[in-house]
Amino acid sequence: MTGGPPVDGGGTVGSGGAAGDWPPVGGAAGGPGWWGTERVSVRYGRRLALDQVTFQARPGQVSAVVGGDGAGRSTLLRCLGGALAPSSGTVRRPPRRDVGYLPASSGIYPDLTVAENLAFRAAAYQLPAAVAAERSAAFLARAGLTAARDRLAGRLSGGMRQKLGVIAAMLTSPALLVLDEPTTGVDPVSRADLWSLIARAAADGAAVVVATSYLDEAERAAHVLVLDAGSQLAVGTPDQIVAAMPGQLRVSDTPPSDADRPYAWRRAGRWRIWDPGGAAVGPPAQPDLQDAVTVGILGRELAAARAGGLAGTAPRAGER
Amino acid sequence: MWAMIVKEFRQLRRDRRTLAMMIVLPVLLLVVFGYAASFDVKSIPTVVAGRQAQQLPLPAPFHVVARAPGEGVAWAQDQLRDNRNGAALAVVTGARAVVLVDGSQLFTARDALTALAARSKQLPAGQAPVVRILYNPQLKTSYIMIPGLAGVVLAFIGIIITSLGVVRERQTGTLEQLAVMPLQPRDVFLGKIVPYFAVACVDLAIVLAVGVALFGVPFRGSYAVFGLGALLFLFVTLGLGVLISSVSENQGQAIQLSFMFTLPQVLLSGLIFPLTSIAAGVRWISYILPLTYFNEISRGVMLRAEPIGGLWQPLLFLALLGLIVMSLAMLRFRGFLSPAGTGGRRGGRTAAAPAVAAAGAGPDPAGTR
Repeated sequence: MTGGPPVDGGGTVGSGGAAGDWPPVGGAAGGPGWWGTERVSVRYGRRLALDQVTFQARPGQVSAVVGGDGAGRSTLLRCLGGALAPSSGTVRRPPRRDVGYLPASSGIYPDLTVAENLAFRAAAYQLPAAVAAERSAAFLARAGLTAARDRLAGRLSGGMRQKLGVIAAMLTSPALLVLDEPTTGVDPVSRADLWSLIARAAADGAAVVVATSYLDEAERAAHVLVLDAGSQLAVGTPDQIVAAMPGQLRVSDTPPSDADRPYAWRRAGRWRIWDPGGAAVGPPAQPDLQDAVTVGILGRELAAARAGGLAGTAPRAGER
Repeated sequence: MWAMIVKEFRQLRRDRRTLAMMIVLPVLLLVVFGYAASFDVKSIPTVVAGRQAQQLPLPAPFHVVARAPGEGVAWAQDQLRDNRNGAALAVVTGARAVVLVDGSQLFTARDALTALAARSKQLPAGQAPVVRILYNPQLKTSYIMIPGLAGVVLAFIGIIITSLGVVRERQTGTLEQLAVMPLQPRDVFLGKIVPYFAVACVDLAIVLAVGVALFGVPFRGSYAVFGLGALLFLFVTLGLGVLISSVSENQGQAIQLSFMFTLPQVLLSGLIFPLTSIAAGVRWISYILPLTYFNEISRGVMLRAEPIGGLWQPLLFLALLGLIVMSLAMLRFRGFLSPAGTGGRRGGRTAAAPAVAAAGAGPDPAGTR
């Protein structure tokens, strides 16, 4: 790894102003040594894909970027990886040779073998041959791909291909490792393998940024950014995000009343009902990150519906 | 079935390029074939030498393009060898006229011989000119096709295969990976085209070897001049391939566009139909096609041993065309190896990390391109 993280601070962290009544969380403003974005916006034509997003990834930690479809996760990671220039704001990242990037498409050549893919990556980053051979062998072993080293990447299973993409991104021991949905469509065993690789990279000192749609994965991260419709909904540690959830959560086995229905959703066969005021009757349930993120998105949607005078068309129960 | 039909039409409507191809291509083929597909030679460019050069009347289809009373057979041969004024026939007047026919212009030569035979019948016995067919005495079709086909092979590799190779990166998503790697766009560009260049060179050698060995096509000129012509031609076609790939979203689109660039070259470059037979309204297209000039070079060198001095025009044109096409291709390539366009390079920036900048990490410490 060359070129450590910058020593100046500067960026501010916290939820964006557009988060409705969601209070700021996190807020450990720009300490020393981080890579990330400062008030980055990205526009695709008229569509605002990212709106003033500030995000910090620290060396030795895994940071997760979560959000629903179209939230802007991939756009943010493409900015961090260097594949996309922001329309405004600042991206702080190391030189290209110190960035490992796994795009959503895995970035692997299907018509090259596993070993050839790694060899190309090593050569493009000018790794000495001996180092490349040693690291390739080690990463293949860690990913359980040693036996597949001579197979065409296009003939690997989805999980194996993702593992290959991840170890290819890690091969150069980058200072910043940006992984766009490394576990999407991957079986649970391969997911565990992938997270083991990711945790190892962070333990080795890399600042790891992982985009994921699985909130149970995000809970493993030291730092989480929740995006919704291009703007940041919450940022901080998982515990901070959960603690900052406004109102209370109740769990019920019976369907919610009509009044509660806009605030309710089903999870694992039970109804979860968000009470923004926190004055509901009954014992509150302990929310987790998934609840906190759902509440955040729900709160924003309800606020938008109220602002548009469309309270009657607020998110329907059971859809989330 | 109705559902399938509706679905197909919806998809077709969205794939506007294919739709345009389906409508434009038949029209294009009709126009090209209609105006270009002619073996009829209406005019035979002729040079006349010898003492009576000024007085010799030559009726149609012969069209005198130069007269040189002070010159002889050697001059006439040079005129044909260097294809000056497009001359396909040379008449050297004297006690008994000598007519030299350029066999490398096959269809023109055949029509010229027919016209000469008809005219000779009207002359008194013993006054019929001595006719010598140069460069392709037996007027074999393979003699003119093989040098031209070498160009078609180069065009095929250069345009179609190259465009597929680059667009494949886009389709598999690896282009984005290349864009973030510490590679210079120039390295990626050259890395992409050098293998196709090498393959094209091998193909060219095979086509020539087969042509010479199997079909007995002579290679009378300089390998160096031929190589220079092939190099410049490849320069153009590889650039065209990259350009096409840069405006194609997928391999299907790349093939469609490549086809649009390759087909007119085969039909309008003089490979099949003589340039002089192509209607003037369409012929101008011939003169902007690189294969037209490569044909001139390959036939000139292989069949007529034409020296570089006689070929400077097609060589210069290919060099200029190559420069333009390659520059455009390089610019496009840089474009899609830069951080993707959101108009962001105007507004956003990538911070120069102090620690990195202090370390002087390469030419691009901020990671911007």
